[in-house]
Amino acid sequence: MNAHVTVNGNAIKSTAPDTAGACNAPVVTFERGQREVFCGLTSIVWLHRKIQDAFFLVVGSRTCAHLVQSAAGVMIFAEPRFATAIIDERDLAGLADIDDELDRVVTRLLDRRPEIKLLFLVGSCPSEVIKLDLKRAAQRLSKIHTPKVRILNYSGSGIETTFTQGEDACLATLAAELPATATNAPPSLLVVGALPDVVEDQFRRLFEDLGIGPVAFLPARTANQQPAVGPDTRFLLAQPFLGDTARALENRGGKRIEAPFPFGEEGTTLWLEAAARVWNVPDDRFQRVTAPRRERARRAVERHRERLGGRSIFFFPDSQLEPPLARFLARELGMVVIEIGTPYLNRQHLDQELALLPHGTSIVEGQDVEAQIDRCRAARPDIVVCGLGLANPLEAEGLTTKWSIELLFSPVHGYEQAGDLAELFARPLDRRARLEV
Amino acid sequence: MQLTVWTYEGPPHIGAMRIANSMRGVHYVLHAPQGDTYADLLFTMIERNSKRPPVTYTTFQARDLGGDTAELFKSSARSAYERFKPDLLLVGASCTAELIQDDPGGLAKALALPIPVVPLELPAYQKKENWGAAETFYQIVRAVAGPLAPAPGTPKAPRRAGARPSCNILGPTSLGFRNRDDVREISRLIESLGIEVAVVAPLGASTADIARLGDADFNVVLYSEIAMQAAQFLKRSFGQPIVSIAPIGVGATRAFIAEVAKLAGVDASGVLSDAASRLPWYSRSVDSTYLTGKRVFIFGDGTHAIAAARIAKEELGFTVVGLGTYSREMAREVRDAAKLYGVEALISDDYLEVEETIAGLHPELVLGTQMERHIAKRLGVPCAVISAPVHVQDFPARYSPHMGFEGANVIFDTWVHPLMMGLEEHLLAMFREDFEFNDTAPSHLGGHASGKVAHTPGSRTESLAPADTNPLAEAAVAASADLAVIEPGAKLMATIASEIVWAAEAETELRKIPFFVRGKARRNTETYAKQQGVALITVETLYDAKAHFGR
Ligand code: SF4
Ligand code: SF4
Repeated sequence: MNAHVTVNGNAIKSTAPDTAGACNAPVVTFERGQREVFCGLTSIVWLHRKIQDAFFLVVGSRTCAHLVQSAAGVMIFAEPRFATAIIDERDLAGLADIDDELDRVVTRLLDRRPEIKLLFLVGSCPSEVIKLDLKRAAQRLSKIHTPKVRILNYSGSGIETTFTQGEDACLATLAAELPATATNAPPSLLVVGALPDVVEDQFRRLFEDLGIGPVAFLPARTANQQPAVGPDTRFLLAQPFLGDTARALENRGGKRIEAPFPFGEEGTTLWLEAAARVWNVPDDRFQRVTAPRRERARRAVERHRERLGGRSIFFFPDSQLEPPLARFLARELGMVVIEIGTPYLNRQHLDQELALLPHGTSIVEGQDVEAQIDRCRAARPDIVVCGLGLANPLEAEGLTTKWSIELLFSPVHGYEQAGDLAELFARPLDRRARLEV
Repeated sequence: MQLTVWTYEGPPHIGAMRIANSMRGVHYVLHAPQGDTYADLLFTMIERNSKRPPVTYTTFQARDLGGDTAELFKSSARSAYERFKPDLLLVGASCTAELIQDDPGGLAKALALPIPVVPLELPAYQKKENWGAAETFYQIVRAVAGPLAPAPGTPKAPRRAGARPSCNILGPTSLGFRNRDDVREISRLIESLGIEVAVVAPLGASTADIARLGDADFNVVLYSEIAMQAAQFLKRSFGQPIVSIAPIGVGATRAFIAEVAKLAGVDASGVLSDAASRLPWYSRSVDSTYLTGKRVFIFGDGTHAIAAARIAKEELGFTVVGLGTYSREMAREVRDAAKLYGVEALISDDYLEVEETIAGLHPELVLGTQMERHIAKRLGVPCAVISAPVHVQDFPARYSPHMGFEGANVIFDTWVHPLMMGLEEHLLAMFREDFEFNDTAPSHLGGHASGKVAHTPGSRTESLAPADTNPLAEAAVAASADLAVIEPGAKLMATIASEIVWAAEAETELRKIPFFVRGKARRNTETYAKQQGVALITVETLYDAKAHFGR
């Protein structure tokens, strides 16, 4: 793997090639400049729906409150299980005791929402910069509200995390707090990463048919059902952005099963196969269980091949899902990948993914948004995957775009969603082809 | 520290962005972490702008904090200048950068750029979006037009012979509620009086336009929140009088015309006599009788809330039961207005407090922001939106001003439409047991959830109306198959006192009352029972309470 480091578009350093990939590997460039990505607070928008009795209290500024609200769409249907404790001048000037203030806000919140069992205090840039110790606050508040409510903390600050790293930070905190498995417990499988419930149920059935189990999911749907972890836990990551969570689980004795990610027919099969190997599932059983589903997934994907095959695609960095998605689009739909922008590349977890990417694919880690826009304009890709700030302006220039955030908000994992995932990319092209105004 | 579920206003640098994005040739370099770039989507998604807002963010990270964030600011400002070649550069800090105290103003000055650089001091832990917009607009006007002001005491030069009187329109901005169409409506109105509209600012203005602000005879301030500070500066520096009447509703539009004509020295009688708004006649026509005394709750920014209350009372014959604003800067004006209606003004940016107030007042119509629309929907009360904060729906494709005579037409339609029509209301009252009049029968009220629907957790029902469709939210729903509809509305509407018991037949009788007033009937009855020390509510208690409260 060749790594180049650039600052504002200029390569300033290039390190020796990695031994692993040889010449088949993608070319990774590191870029620095203005980034155009959400911070980790944004993950709350889906996490707060996933854990039904958890509440996310951001401790931050009006900007943080405005970010989460804007990312969620000004209004969402149900009352959200998130809010912001906005730090004000009095707190900063020391006129108000910030601990007392936080206690007061948490008490008001818990009074209002008695169904809450798990409260996350979520750190932000301002709380980090003023060195507000939310860990201590969480411990103090836990003592007050135990056993009704457990209170944990993590940081979603923009100076440390981008977008999906917020989920990573949240799950890492949760992982450290999970109950321990009984000694000599049988080996169990833990699937890690917030998945839509429907996808979770599909995977549960698949593992059961394969004879793999017991299976649990992190995060679980309610606070009290969070899985146990221990030396007999093998875990599979469902998302590519869970570096800290994996480390936290390893600290608890869990062992990561190396695999590509379950996007598309191929990714899902390799992901299941990795678990099947650990559980010594006989080959014929694996074939019997997966063959019909693989076939169905292939048929569903195939329908979009005509629209997507041979088309070029350019990824702006957003969620870290970019490399596995590019792999799916290149290998199962025949798309031509021009550039994979990604905010952060976890080389260890993406090892197998990178090996599957077409020869010489360009990966850009980090971002210099202006330089990237220039490259994108020059390349005129058939479709651009980008965030909400960039999509309409690029459309107005005649480019076709797909908002990346939707990939986190829709069921896209596994066999049954492989066709839907392809469709998410086909739809903007379809739309452009239909419009005659 | 303030617990905030939804915010009415963003931080003050969002206000500065709105000014930068309104103008031509202005660029803003903001010292801020990466997450703050979310603000771009307000402009590109909500307002559907085809260009990115003219903002460069330094996006410093934790590892930069120990190092040189000041140097990062300088290099960002330099490359922004080189790339965008603006006529004027705004520089400032977001909430996080304010804490690290890098002094963007001083740093930018050291770059010695060949264009005016306006440093913005926007205290993020104290002030909010509208304040930030007003301050930014004022600073730009001061920096660009200020140096051109005549020496203090110089009398205003007489208008050139034969030149038409002229004025500027101040206040409209990007992301302002219906500002785009208000400008067109009011410009046309002013031009029809034979007065020239010299400059509209900040929306669409260049720095050259700002430089000639002082040439006009007077200034029209459409939105005080944004432009009053700049207008007062212009008054001091150039002797330009201010028209501050917001021309919202028929009466205010007429008063506005009279005031503008007076300052310009023109005759307005022609324009006033063929002023064609349908509102006065529609409001007088007999089918509007049912609007009489509708209890309305009003909340918004100061300008729009005050105007809405006046229209509600004087032009539609409603009863104002509550009036409030989230603009602390306009608290005094709103309090004065509230006195006219005999209500206490609610000055708050606490969404929860606004929700409680609305639930407690049981209005029949809510005029508010997107936030109140959400509250009203959960309480099953009709609602129309009158003010920012805005939503993608507040940028309709059609021409839809809020100001002037056409604006009055739009207001009549949008406020009256959500209400049940009079005849329908009578039929519902007369034939309560008709099975098709039940709570779940489809209604043109569309998204207004009946109490019953709202209380069913875990089901996606018609209360998730398409009216609220935001693509992100829609996707979020798709992603979460068992989305739970947790309804604090249920809690708010719940019986006040658990010790009061409803007799079965009273409960049945209550159910015959149409759902949209049932909550109020229940509440009134319980309040009455409590006052009278009645522990068991019977059918008699129900009607006693009805007689007591007179409805
Ligand atoms: S980047 Fe930092 S200050 Fe901005 S919204 Fe995210 S956590 Fe808050
Ligand atoms: S139906 Fe009722 S509200 Fe309508 S006009 Fe007749 S009396 Fe008035």
